Amino acid sequence: MSVLAQQLVLGLLIGGLYGLAAAGLSLVFGVLKVLNVAHGELIMLGGYGAFWLVALLGLDAFASLALVIPGALLLGVVLYAALFGFVVRADEETRVKNSLLIGFGLALALHALAVRLWTADERSVPTPYGGGVFTVAGIAIPAVRLLSLLLAFALILTLELLLTRWRWGQAIRATAEDWEAALLAGIDVRRAYLLAFALGTALAGAAGTLVTVAYSVSPSIGLEWTLKALIVVVLAGLGSVLGTFVGGLVLGVAEAASAAAFGGPYREVVGLVIFVVVLLVRPRGLFGR
Amino acid sequence: MTGGDVTPARLEVADVEAAYGDLRAVVGVTLSVGGGEIVALLGPNGAGKSTLLRTVAGLLRPRAGTIRWDGEDLTRVDAHRIVERGIALVPEGRRLFGGMTVAENLELGAFAPRARATRAASLERVFALFPVLAERRRQRVAALSGGQQQMVAVGRALMANPRLLMLDEPSLGIAPQLVRAILEALVTINATGVGILLVEQNVQAALALAHRGYLLETGRVVAQGTGAELLRDPHVRRAYLGPLAVRA
Repeated sequence: MSVLAQQLVLGLLIGGLYGLAAAGLSLVFGVLKVLNVAHGELIMLGGYGAFWLVALLGLDAFASLALVIPGALLLGVVLYAALFGFVVRADEETRVKNSLLIGFGLALALHALAVRLWTADERSVPTPYGGGVFTVAGIAIPAVRLLSLLLAFALILTLELLLTRWRWGQAIRATAEDWEAALLAGIDVRRAYLLAFALGTALAGAAGTLVTVAYSVSPSIGLEWTLKALIVVVLAGLGSVLGTFVGGLVLGVAEAASAAAFGGPYREVVGLVIFVVVLLVRPRGLFGR
Repeated sequence: MTGGDVTPARLEVADVEAAYGDLRAVVGVTLSVGGGEIVALLGPNGAGKSTLLRTVAGLLRPRAGTIRWDGEDLTRVDAHRIVERGIALVPEGRRLFGGMTVAENLELGAFAPRARATRAASLERVFALFPVLAERRRQRVAALSGGQQQMVAVGRALMANPRLLMLDEPSLGIAPQLVRAILEALVTINATGVGILLVEQNVQAALALAHRGYLLETGRVVAQGTGAELLRDPHVRRAYLGPLAVRA
């Protein structure tokens, strides 16, 4: 029993990072109607950003977020200007097709770049409090993973506040609902697209940092994280930031439960089962509008 | 509505052609809306009325011709900048932000910097025009009736401080007493100097309201004149009253 509880708690801890990873993908897909399959590679780059900041500059692992997030925002602006800004000129069906091509190309390029810069080895970053473990009711909770989950939740709340309180956040939501109506309200829709893409990239960078600090990073983690994020987006539906976070927690717990019930190899299967079942039974997702 | 009267401006559409892909919907239309004028745009489905409004609003680039507004060429101006220059469109089907509240929808209408500066006063004007919206400001628009949603749509357009208000079938699918409320609101809005270009299926109501009108058929202007002139026009009678009315 306590072994199962332990597994579920660990699932919850990684689920928060699934939620954060999915929030960025969901924002970009919901607003631009563009599926960025290189989202996982952006997460991977965020992880290496943190790795360098810790290894080269001696920054605290979590404090590196303060530099990774602005860096990723900037990278998002560059990627939008160089690649995705052209995709959004097409009609919505063409956008998804074209973005898949661009996304896969970008994913391959970033993967190759990461191997070149950091080799194919798995890296992790040391933290002074790295070994700390709380024990609650016989369940061990690694301090670093708990802190990662809390930071992921804080970032999700920040995003929710930006989208509801900030003037351009409202413009981003309006654009997601109906971009023509947004234009008629006087909103510069191209700028809303740019901001949403940059925010999505910043969220990927932040997720990558937390993944690297709490777990590890290697050049090949991108596809896995894109898939996890995609499953959560389908599970949670578009249009609710907090719902996406909850969707991430659900996936984390479901993975842990299936691993405990059927053995480790089935951990990856449950996500795909969720993916198919949600699409069949409730295509707009648990919290989708 | 007191105070805040606008400086009238004139819209001149000359030989405009517009198309969706290969489908030409507007084939050389020339029309004008004078400052403070109410102009009705009539015509059967597929005549190009909506396409023309969308082209003036900048959602569609004209293939040919010019659109001048207050002396300036709008042909290459982006849609959100056209709103800033004082032309607002209430689109067909309202196109509100359904997940948001009445207040959020109205606030988004004042997104452009200049409209934002007068947001509080504009909001008061909209609530004076449609008091029911003040009561419902915290509700999601999806929970409102069709007529109330249309009021939000008109209100959202007014939040931009337009000098020309274009409406695409504002009475479509709305209870008759609410249609009257909306058409009466248009008269009130017009009294402050705002020009109005109205696409409306209800010909009698539209021509009773309008100073002038144009009849569009298959993308062309086939008749124009005052309300009384248009009601006598054989094109209008055939289009709206049936072929028997032409002989009468």
